[in-house]
Amino acid sequence: MPLIVGMSVLLGCQFIGELLVRALTVPVPGPVMGMVVLLIGLMIHGRVPSALRSAGEGLLRYLTLLFVPAGVGIMVHFGLIGADIWVLLVTLVVSTALTIAVTAKVLDRLTRRRSGGGEA
Amino acid sequence: MSLAGLDQLWVYLSGNPLVSLLATLVAFYLATHINRLLGRSPFAHPVLVAIALLIAFLLLTGIDYATYFEGAQFIHFLLGPATVALAIPLFDHRERVRRMLVPILVACLSGIITAVSSTLGLALLLGAQKSVLLSLAPRSVTSPIAMGIAEQIGGIPSLAAALVLLTGSVGCALGPWILKTLRIDDPSVKGFTMGLAAHGFGTAQCFASMGAMAGAFAGLAMGLTGMLTAFILPLIVRLFGL
Repeated sequence: MPLIVGMSVLLGCQFIGELLVRALTVPVPGPVMGMVVLLIGLMIHGRVPSALRSAGEGLLRYLTLLFVPAGVGIMVHFGLIGADIWVLLVTLVVSTALTIAVTAKVLDRLTRRRSGGGEA
Repeated sequence: MSLAGLDQLWVYLSGNPLVSLLATLVAFYLATHINRLLGRSPFAHPVLVAIALLIAFLLLTGIDYATYFEGAQFIHFLLGPATVALAIPLFDHRERVRRMLVPILVACLSGIITAVSSTLGLALLLGAQKSVLLSLAPRSVTSPIAMGIAEQIGGIPSLAAALVLLTGSVGCALGPWILKTLRIDDPSVKGFTMGLAAHGFGTAQCFASMGAMAGAFAGLAMGLTGMLTAFILPLIVRLFGL
């Protein structure tokens, strides 16, 4: 039964998340709000129940598979992508490189300062 | 069985969820093997290979995407609970997160702002169409969240998903090289950076080649970035006047 219990918790949180998003009219996807709900629940409960862990980690292990059906949808947008192919490529490469450099530099600088200059 | 019989069987099957589901799983299985044969190159990531195989299969058999998705939506649906489940690794690392809370939050915010503004700025400058632009904006976030965001701000969710996958491959290819050039050695910093810039692809790569500590921080960055971007991005998009 652990899979059923775990899935029920995950779907339950997603359901509450969807309700909250609609009630508060915040521009956030329902599952993201569900993630916040689950995180708060885990903080209150103090540990991850084993049923929830087996269902959750099972899903996360195959996370890449779950992207496939939506990714195949790229075939519908070949025209749109083809028209902007160079824009997309340049933007993706430059912006990803910038993001990596900025994030790494900022975090590195801040954690060094915290640990008193020398990296432990 | 006569040829006409086979024909009718195919007409029946191609409209049935069974074919899409089976094809998706088989394509993913084959893609994992092809990726291993190619030395785990990020440009032949199993997801990209699986997508290419499936598109080829659909074009060859003449099944359109809407029909395919009717079956594959059962796999797609699991993205929702999987997103919720990202709370579990976040909770597991709550002690380390609490200790590094301020640096992590500052780094995460600067990373997100850099990612979103450089993406929107460059794409605007180079003259991308508006729907492409709005689908590009959430590209560094893990796809379930990116698709939700794209839908919220008026982009195309499936295009956003495809761009997220491309970002992941680009990040995995560039990341180790940039980190080396900047002389970053701390595995927690490396992991966090990869998770922020290249979401699930970066996280998987960290677990595979930089160790468990980097992997855990990548997972944390992926969850945190997803959550924060969902809140921040609509505001930045508004700033750009889109």
